[in-house]
Amino acid sequence: MEVAEERLTAATFEQLAMPLFDQLYNFARWLTQDTAEAEDLVQETYAKALRGFPTFQPGTNFRAWIYRILRNTFLTSRSGMKAAVVPLDEETSTELPAATPSPEAILIERSQQQLLQNAMEDLPVHFREILLLCEVEEMSYQEIAETLSVPIGTVMSRLSRARTALRDQLRQKLGSKHG
Amino acid sequence: MADAWTPKLDTYLDGELAGSEMQALDAHLRGCPACAADILNRVQLRRATQSAGRRYQPSGDFRQRVQQAVAPRRAWSPWRAWLSAATAVCVLVFAGLVVTYMGRAALERKQTFSEVADLHVATLASSTPVDVVSTDRHTVKPWFAGKIPFTFNLPELQNSDFTLVGGRVTYLGQAPGAHLIYQVRKHQMSVFIFQDRDIVRGLGSDSGPEKKLSFNLQTWRQDDLRYFVVGDASPEDIGKLVDLLKAAARS
Repeated sequence: MEVAEERLTAATFEQLAMPLFDQLYNFARWLTQDTAEAEDLVQETYAKALRGFPTFQPGTNFRAWIYRILRNTFLTSRSGMKAAVVPLDEETSTELPAATPSPEAILIERSQQQLLQNAMEDLPVHFREILLLCEVEEMSYQEIAETLSVPIGTVMSRLSRARTALRDQLRQKLGSKHG
Repeated sequence: MADAWTPKLDTYLDGELAGSEMQALDAHLRGCPACAADILNRVQLRRATQSAGRRYQPSGDFRQRVQQAVAPRRAWSPWRAWLSAATAVCVLVFAGLVVTYMGRAALERKQTFSEVADLHVATLASSTPVDVVSTDRHTVKPWFAGKIPFTFNLPELQNSDFTLVGGRVTYLGQAPGAHLIYQVRKHQMSVFIFQDRDIVRGLGSDSGPEKKLSFNLQTWRQDDLRYFVVGDASPEDIGKLVDLLKAAARS
């Protein structure tokens, strides 16, 4: 979603920001894991984004910009500060970890969606958010890098670790369910 | 079972491999059943994650609060306020309905494209991709008689680069349909034909070229049937096959 060089008016902001409302709420709800906190977070994001809109650079990616505001707002909130601790070794390594073979149990039927949702909830927030941005929002690596303010190499390695962690969580949950 | 390509499978599905690597992996997948099965697992997990991840919906009340907060302030005058109040109610109700309808339609469209891409991947990864194996449209078309509740025409492929590989019965949204596999050079493409009962909104009469999971895809509606063509062939090849199918359906 690139914004052409045009006057940044409140009307433009509304046109750009409101179509993202449902997705931003979903993302906020996954981050906070609480309805009231998610609503506060989205409301604050829109207020900050509207105030900061005159400084938004036309020609750059609006979606990445407003997601970044939401995420930064979350990180400075009380629950965000508690949740968002990215291990240092992860940030310094851009090497891809060896891929784990997919457990056959991963063939997930829709009836097992609850299990998958629980597995996603149990992931550390830095894994959960990158999976949502990639799989649900279908952002490109470049957009994710802009949203998270990290280099593309970190996006790739973190995404790979997040997927491995999700598979591990599922394997554990499927194991305890069947075992 | 892991090979040098394994760590790149997710990047491939994300559509983020460089062009040359993308082609090399396409070629590898056709000859490596282990990687093809691995890709299938990953596609399924990805689809499940996508659908599990779209879990939360904001309330209408909350949406309205934020909408009001970001709406541009206009100069206030008493008569305009009256008029606005009356029209605002109508507009809000109408816009709410339209936005909800369009949002749902876009989501359903996305999910349908994912399902179609999955059906294609799942079939190619299967050891028996087709139930009727024939390059002859006069063998493949009658095979579907009695298996699906409609009939369709298939194009004559002489003097074209395409060959028919065969067909099978498939399901999309619990509705039965025909799944045909065509080949152009080394690329395999799936053609899906279903009754267009508007079970999926937002598909439109003709999508033009689209991309899903790095496959090229096109869908259109013709004579109450819904067609999808999906594959790793170039958009031009997909377009050519689409034109042949459209011409055959008109004949």
